[in-house]
Order: sequence, then structure tokens, then C-alpha cells
Amino acid sequence: MADRQYELVYILPPDTTEQQVTELHQQVEGVVSRLHGQIEKTENWGRKKLAYEIGHQKEGVYVLDSINGSGELMKELDRRLRVMDQVIRHIIVRVDEEKKVVERTRTKRQSESERRRVKRGLPPTRQPGEGRSQEIDDIDDDRFDGVEV
Amino acid sequence: MPFGQGRSGGGGGRGKDRDKKGGEKGQQQRRTLFRRRKVCKFCADKIDDINYKDVKLIGPFVPERGKILPRRISGTCAMHQRKLQTAIKRARQIALIPYVTD
Repeated sequence: MADRQYELVYILPPDTTEQQVTELHQQVEGVVSRLHGQIEKTENWGRKKLAYEIGHQKEGVYVLDSINGSGELMKELDRRLRVMDQVIRHIIVRVDEEKKVVERTRTKRQSESERRRVKRGLPPTRQPGEGRSQEIDDIDDDRFDGVEV
Repeated sequence: MPFGQGRSGGGGGRGKDRDKKGGEKGQQQRRTLFRRRKVCKFCADKIDDINYKDVKLIGPFVPERGKILPRRISGTCAMHQRKLQTAIKRARQIALIPYVTD
């Protein structure tokens, strides 16, 4: 079976040094490679303000990993991240299925619009300077007017 | 007056209100005053992927209080509200969006 795609985001305390971040990343990488997965890309978002306090921390260092691997791998990774006390929060999300759906709707919309354009005797793609210009000026202003929550 | 002729005097608040606005003119104003049809932002902008990491996108749907903005106010379609909901819940888990603020 083909590998699944996951996203792992974890948050470290704000006083974490670069070295500690790379160290932790290596630990994650170790687990991933041991269980026949691979890290597609890693993004370090740097220090961000947390929306709420986690363990008396107001800020955190966010790291995002895109991982291809099996469910077993993610289970193990999840367990390990839970145990690590320098990780204050983490989340694992499976993304491949959603990505597929997004891709499908996008292509479907594209082909549908092309089909309709051809039917109207137009070239399949939108030409520059065609159609209405941006005259919708106040679409944003009062969308949420009368918000009572 | 087109309506309310049979009613006995200006009893309720509504009748008084109408009198204040001045008969037919008030009626007309009421008819022309219409609500803008709400459009789903994600349908209009053709956003397929509502990602939990994209705080800029989700942010407007989480008002001050931290609750999820209901569909009847934002006008989001059912499908996108569902996706938005999961995105917001995920974003909350990693502290990008608050659970509650008071």
C-alpha cells in the first residue's frame, strides 16, 4: 500500500536554542526513517505568540514536518512526542485524502468552466481583459454586520 | 393608508411606528430596504482548501470571543462551514486560535 501523507506540527518552548531544535528534529527523523518513512519537508515557523497559555508559556517555536509513512509510524511518533517533555504541544494530521479531494474539485471546476466556455464559442481559458472588472467594492465591509454571538 | 385600516387606532408599537414614518412613504422605504444576499466566501473566492495553518483565512470566522461564527451570520455554505469547523478546531489545538477569550 502506498504511504500516507501526514503533517506534524509541534511546539517547543520559546527559550529553545537552534541546536535543540535540530536535535529534536533529528530524533523525529530517526523514528521516521527507522519505520520506513520519510520526511518530505520541514518548515520552521520560528517563535510565535500562542493564542493561549500552555504550561505558563506565552510563546512557542513552531515546527512543521510533512511526513510520508504508515499509520504505525505515526502512532509511534505520537507516543514518543507525548513522552518528550520539551515538546509542549503537537498535532498529527493526515492530509493525503483531503489533498486528493481538493485536487479533484479543482480539476472538475476547471474542466467544467472550459466546457461551458467552448459551448459558448469562446476559447477555453479566460483571456486577459475579459469579463467584468473588479467592481465589487464593498463585499467585505459588512459581511458580518450585526454579529451577535 | 394601504394597510391597517381595519385596525382600531394606533394601538401597538407597529402602528405608531408607521405613523412616525409618514404613511405610504414609510411603506415604500420598508420595501426597498433589503438585506444583501450573503455569499459563501469560500465559494466566491474559489478556495478549496481550508487549512488549519492559515490563520489569515480562518481568523475572520473566529470573533473576539473565540467562538466559531455561525453560518447564519457569515453566510458560509454548509460544506465549507464543515471544513472551516475542522480547520478551526485543529488550529485551536496548536494554539493558533484561542478556545475562549474573556
